[in-house]
Amino acid sequence: MIRVQREDFDPGHEIATLVGRDKGIGGVVSFVGLVRDVADSAAISAMTLEHYPGMTDKELARIDAEANTRWRLSKSLIVHRYGRLEPGDRIVLVVTASPHRDDAFEACRFLIDWLKTRAPFWKLEETSAGAEWVAARASDDTAAARWIKKT
Amino acid sequence: MKILYFAWIKSKVGVGEEDVAPPASVTTVGALIDWLKERGPGYGAAFAELKVVRAAVNQEHVGLDHGIGPRDEIAFFPPVTGG
Repeated sequence: MIRVQREDFDPGHEIATLVGRDKGIGGVVSFVGLVRDVADSAAISAMTLEHYPGMTDKELARIDAEANTRWRLSKSLIVHRYGRLEPGDRIVLVVTASPHRDDAFEACRFLIDWLKTRAPFWKLEETSAGAEWVAARASDDTAAARWIKKT
Repeated sequence: MKILYFAWIKSKVGVGEEDVAPPASVTTVGALIDWLKERGPGYGAAFAELKVVRAAVNQEHVGLDHGIGPRDEIAFFPPVTGG
């Protein structure tokens, strides 16, 4: 399941709702991304996340479907926010539930790495020097590259 | 065809969305960029460095050699920075 929304989310509530009454689930892994107050040594007062409505949902659904083909997951969830956020605010939630922890851990890591390089979001950071679009990081590409299937 | 621009590419072009009718010889994303660059300095600035420009056709990531048609939705944006 995927969701793109302006509003905040409650990770505990999301996990409980996702797991529901599925007694076949043996482990749940979650990742919560937060807005940091510093980027490249500049203090950040706020961050605005722009996205591509329509494509964002499709791309997240494709990423979610890919995780479900690679690992045995009982449930999976991606919630990604957009709009203006402040340091400490939650940005993204990834939850994976599986009968066994290995699948849940690996799929969760894959989902956050993969969405960082594929989901159409862009961050505009506000600092005392003004607003600036965040450049993509080579380290994110490196993190995503390890999930590219070898043929 | 409908073209969408995001993030700093939108700022440089000056609009977030527009309908354009390029000549029939414009059949790829790359050719569309070349055609757009002739439309004004904002486009020139937006597409000056193609290694920081990404494209989508009908809401799927594509390369510059991808084909385009008059009914397609094409989007240009910088490398994504979500998560």
